[in-house]
Amino acid sequence: MNKKTTDTSAAGAATDAKSGLSRRHVLKGAAALGGLAGSGAVTGFPTIWAQNPITLRQFGTGVSNLNAIAEKCKADLGITLQMTALDSDAVSQRVVTQANSFDIADIEYWICKKVFAAGTLQPMDVKKIKYYDDIVPIFTTGKLTPESKIAQGTAPSTVGFVEGPESKTFAKAPTQWMTLIPTIYNADTLGIRPDLVGRPIKNWKDILDPAFKGKTSILNIPSIGIMDAAMICESAGVIKYGDKGNMTKAEIDTTIDFLIKTKKAGQFRAFWKTFDESVNLMASGEVVIQSMWSPAVAAVRSKGIPCVYQPLEEGYRAWGGGLGIAKHLKGAQLDAAYEYINWYLSGWVGAYLNRQGYYSAVLSTAEKNMTPEEWGFWMLGQPAKTDILSPEGKVMYTAGAVRDGGSFKERMGAVACWNSVMDEDRYMVRRWNEFIAA
Amino acid sequence: MTLTRLAPYLQATPLTLILAAFLVLPIATITMVSFWDYDSIQIFPAFVFTNYEETITSPVTWNTYINTLKFTVIVWAVTLLVGFWVAYYLAFHIRSATTQMVLFLVCTIPFLTSNIIRMISWIPFLGRNGLLNQTLMQLGIINQPLEFLLFSDFAVVLAMVHLYTLFMVTPIFNTLMRIDRALIEAARDAGASGWQILTNVIIPLAKPGIAIGSIFVVTLVMGDFITVRFMSGGQSASVGLMMANQIALLQYPAAAANAVILLILVLLLVGGILRIVNIRKEL
Repeated sequence: MNKKTTDTSAAGAATDAKSGLSRRHVLKGAAALGGLAGSGAVTGFPTIWAQNPITLRQFGTGVSNLNAIAEKCKADLGITLQMTALDSDAVSQRVVTQANSFDIADIEYWICKKVFAAGTLQPMDVKKIKYYDDIVPIFTTGKLTPESKIAQGTAPSTVGFVEGPESKTFAKAPTQWMTLIPTIYNADTLGIRPDLVGRPIKNWKDILDPAFKGKTSILNIPSIGIMDAAMICESAGVIKYGDKGNMTKAEIDTTIDFLIKTKKAGQFRAFWKTFDESVNLMASGEVVIQSMWSPAVAAVRSKGIPCVYQPLEEGYRAWGGGLGIAKHLKGAQLDAAYEYINWYLSGWVGAYLNRQGYYSAVLSTAEKNMTPEEWGFWMLGQPAKTDILSPEGKVMYTAGAVRDGGSFKERMGAVACWNSVMDEDRYMVRRWNEFIAA
Repeated sequence: MTLTRLAPYLQATPLTLILAAFLVLPIATITMVSFWDYDSIQIFPAFVFTNYEETITSPVTWNTYINTLKFTVIVWAVTLLVGFWVAYYLAFHIRSATTQMVLFLVCTIPFLTSNIIRMISWIPFLGRNGLLNQTLMQLGIINQPLEFLLFSDFAVVLAMVHLYTLFMVTPIFNTLMRIDRALIEAARDAGASGWQILTNVIIPLAKPGIAIGSIFVVTLVMGDFITVRFMSGGQSASVGLMMANQIALLQYPAAAANAVILLILVLLLVGGILRIVNIRKEL
């Protein structure tokens, strides 16, 4: 049963695209073995759930709480998913304070660092995760390729495992007990209106350009906004951080003081908190350069307004989310949760997410569910051979277009830091509020 | 005999129970939690003053309270002026009772839509490329879009005035309607000018309505957070917004302490208004 030697499998998964086919067969065998030796719950029996209907209540941030996934899950597994979308703050709140109000929590890794200690989630046995060996190694060893360095901040690998089934202490290296099963992640950068900025944008500090006075915005979610701010400050040479994801009080002070100064000088137009706000700010021309999320860029573009998710020299700020199982789940519901997670990683969802410009955790299965043209465009950074459609069938890119930032490896390989929660969190938040109130 | 003595208590019971369950109990809970301690994920029972200390000693709190009071004073003054004006017109210039009622209902029509929709609809109107700026530029009045229109204190005050003026119109209209017209005739017969009638007869008699309207507006503006957040584009702060942020970050005790301070402040303001005007005399 010891097939989960992560090092070899991690290296293997990194070479996803080409060796996919042969490896897949091997893995199928391994998974089947795992199923036999394990609880037996993993091997999917949709009929069971059809006879004995199971409902799983899932909540999380808007990005992956998609009705299409719930519908497909119902069709494939017979499990009814009740989805609730909330913002990141509300999500962390709910995990801690309303432990019985959910079965599956779809949370980000930095939220996990914050809330796992509350004991409302149970770690998952990786032996029951069919595609565990295929998960992109960013989430297990932390290294995309064996040579990569782990980026700053709350890297998923640092909070991805705990010591044992009852443990609340994060393990330094992969163990059998995983806190979150990664589902969706991406590398974020600044969005720009190429028609309005009027010059090439290359660095994070370009947001400070006096030419864009009153036409910029950053997001007002402290734990994410501070990271964008850190990228900007470091790029502008204001400060060099020891670890952007875990600043000292002095570093926080320098960052916030600089932000307040910038705000008072009128550099910012607004601070946004929700996806829609960021889309409206950009689409209406209120701002021309701002913090943005990739689907928001797509949303602006779908209105026929040019918008680019600009890769920058200093690298990306990455984030990742995953599914956690509530502590109170047991018996058939727990089995259903595992089955749902295995289904989640089995390809259909992965392809759906990749088509939105996110990345999915198991690439090999997603590839099987995408056309070679789609795979080439989204994952390999090749020019689109045909029109690229969104999951809803709308044209997102016409033939010949290239994805901003290029291939998966170029983008995820250039991550400078991860969204994080700091030891000085409380102090940071207080200072951040000062910045907003200033 | 006992029943007649019990009857008033029985009659008062339902309201007492409702107020106890939905007013006294929550406020007691908030006060209790404001003394609790917290870390980044949970709150635990304690009896500490740190929440109050951190709140009161922080310059941010002071700035935020001053900012909130600033909004309150400006919005109060503007709604009072506009509200009195509208109510006066309705009460004294419209002669037929039917027209009065019809026009008064017209005032309430915007309230058939949600508060937030009424507020948000200002955004496309005031924006940099919004309707107003485009019109002004096409007319050649300005050649640069006016930036202060949106995501500014101006926008916040504008939206609040729009949202809250009716709360001023209604009570003032109500008191104006009950002024005995004979008093005005008497004043005129005694040789008072229009202005003197307004300041010496009408305004003093309208005081209870003004006071009730003021209480509405002051409490609404002091507690507001969504208008400030949307119309200032997150650039401005209010006490309500500060609390919303703290709650979002799971800092319930800090938010509770803030709520208690805000409650005390609002009660003082309302108390002040009631000291100046005896509402009960007129009701």
